Amino acid sequence: MPEVLLSARGLTKRFGGLAAVDDVSLDLWRDRIHAVIGPNGAGKSTLTNLLSGDLPPTSGRVSLCGQDITGWSPERISRGGLGRSYQKTNIFLPFTVWENTRLAAQSRAPHAMRWLQTAASFKDARERAERALEAIGLTHRRDVAAATISHGEQRQLEIAMTLATEPSVLLLDEPLAGMGAGEAERMVELLQRLKAEHAMLLVEHDMDAVFALADHLTVMVNGQVIASAEPGAVRADAKVQAAYLGEAH
Amino acid sequence: MSAGAPSTRMELLPKSVQLSLWMGVAALAAVPFVTSEFHSSMVAKMMILGIFAMSLDLLQGVTGLVSLGHAAYFGIAGYALAFLTPQGESVSLWWTLPAAVAAAALTGLLIGFFVVRTHGIYFIMVTMAFAQMLFYLFFDNKALGGSDGIYINFKPNAGFFDLENKRVFYYFTLATMVLCYLFLRRLLWSPFGRALAGIRVNEHRMRALGFGTFGYKLAAFTLAAALAGLAGYLWGAQTGFVNPELMGFHMSAHAIMMVILGGMGNFAGAILGAFAFEYLLHLAKDLPTVGGFHIGKHWQLWMGIFIVLIVAFAPRGLLGLIGRLSRRGQEDEHA
Repeated sequence: MPEVLLSARGLTKRFGGLAAVDDVSLDLWRDRIHAVIGPNGAGKSTLTNLLSGDLPPTSGRVSLCGQDITGWSPERISRGGLGRSYQKTNIFLPFTVWENTRLAAQSRAPHAMRWLQTAASFKDARERAERALEAIGLTHRRDVAAATISHGEQRQLEIAMTLATEPSVLLLDEPLAGMGAGEAERMVELLQRLKAEHAMLLVEHDMDAVFALADHLTVMVNGQVIASAEPGAVRADAKVQAAYLGEAH
Repeated sequence: MSAGAPSTRMELLPKSVQLSLWMGVAALAAVPFVTSEFHSSMVAKMMILGIFAMSLDLLQGVTGLVSLGHAAYFGIAGYALAFLTPQGESVSLWWTLPAAVAAAALTGLLIGFFVVRTHGIYFIMVTMAFAQMLFYLFFDNKALGGSDGIYINFKPNAGFFDLENKRVFYYFTLATMVLCYLFLRRLLWSPFGRALAGIRVNEHRMRALGFGTFGYKLAAFTLAAALAGLAGYLWGAQTGFVNPELMGFHMSAHAIMMVILGGMGNFAGAILGAFAFEYLLHLAKDLPTVGGFHIGKHWQLWMGIFIVLIVAFAPRGLLGLIGRLSRRGQEDEHA
């Protein structure tokens, strides 16, 4: 059932005089991947940060699953069903792969404030973590410290942590950056599978992946949306070719 | 334990270290039988400081919040006992201990509400500022004992055991320290403890995962204050005297040094650090006068140099050294 899980209206973020994100509106639908592309500095990461609550917007509104979440803290938005990954790997480096994922899963458990039971004894969090690691294909690395796995594996772990919170909306900021060809292919397959259950925003530079995955494509330049449509239509758009695709290729 | 652990803090204690710790407890149990009353009361004092250092380690080593005002909560509970003990008779342990701990916890909750919003150097400064405020509140008010402090003429009355008996007090302190340690070790591996460790490593990510880190930090701050209060109560009971120095800057700074000296983030290091710190303090103060130069008078200098050396050469503290030595011992056996 396609439905809008997250929608933003007139989202604007100014840093001093500069509008990093300027009047952006978008809808994320369940079972659809919405890709955002644009040159460096176009405001893609800022947009992600506005949606996740990492940054408060200067103006505009965001709603998640029908609830107005404008101005909510990141933790509250996360508990509301939004999961995000970061462009710069943002994990718990000294912890094992398993503990990274288990901790993420624990955030959804009501027992989080318990003091006397071991964390490992909570079955629901453990199972959620196991499922997330299994989905991402990192189960064989579970007992290794996150600091010692490869960069590509750290990117995968980042997504596994996000999945362990069982979000309904996924914001993925360049999930393929720094991955090897095999890893990237695996990730594209995974995102394809995740699509059915989630509404997904995908910020990505890898154009092959974007055109393979995206159901809807938004192009940003200087904080503004210059095109937003089906990938085929965007590719044909003269404005986009001039501003972005044409230059890049 | 599969809840996997960073190696930098020795959260997981190697078997050999655990064994040494329990041997240490056995040795502590034997102390009143093998030394003088004077020396066992010194060891009891070290154990009380061990509880105090453990309470700070919950913030400093586990959660990554370096409080430079932790003595405030230690002192508050000591004063609570002083106020609750009448001039001419003893008062029951069973309600004054919870009351004193609650006073410390409540103070921690109130101050924590403001300070856990800050980070890094600001947290250090604000915790210190609040502690100094409390220090001067007691220092300047005659009604609160003023700079001279207050005598506690009687030890709390426990009913079926007699804390006026030094040996009984010693074992009561030992039992409290061991229970406190076991509780905190348990807490370290609980969902709450894991969340605190997550906050230390990457608070930003914790929030993005949905953890309300403010609540976790406030709970940790309050609990640490309560346990510091437990230590402060015992201190007041043992020494029979409280003064503003108990919540002073030096007391707070010493606690930080104890935790660093012993090794952060596993509570065993905090106890070890408290013992080592107190022992070194006595050694340094007793240094002789050579050619008119009183070496012992400059004990702070020697302590400082020693702490710097430990930080430079044994970043995991004394407990880390023990771990390293015992591991080398095991490797030799296998070779």
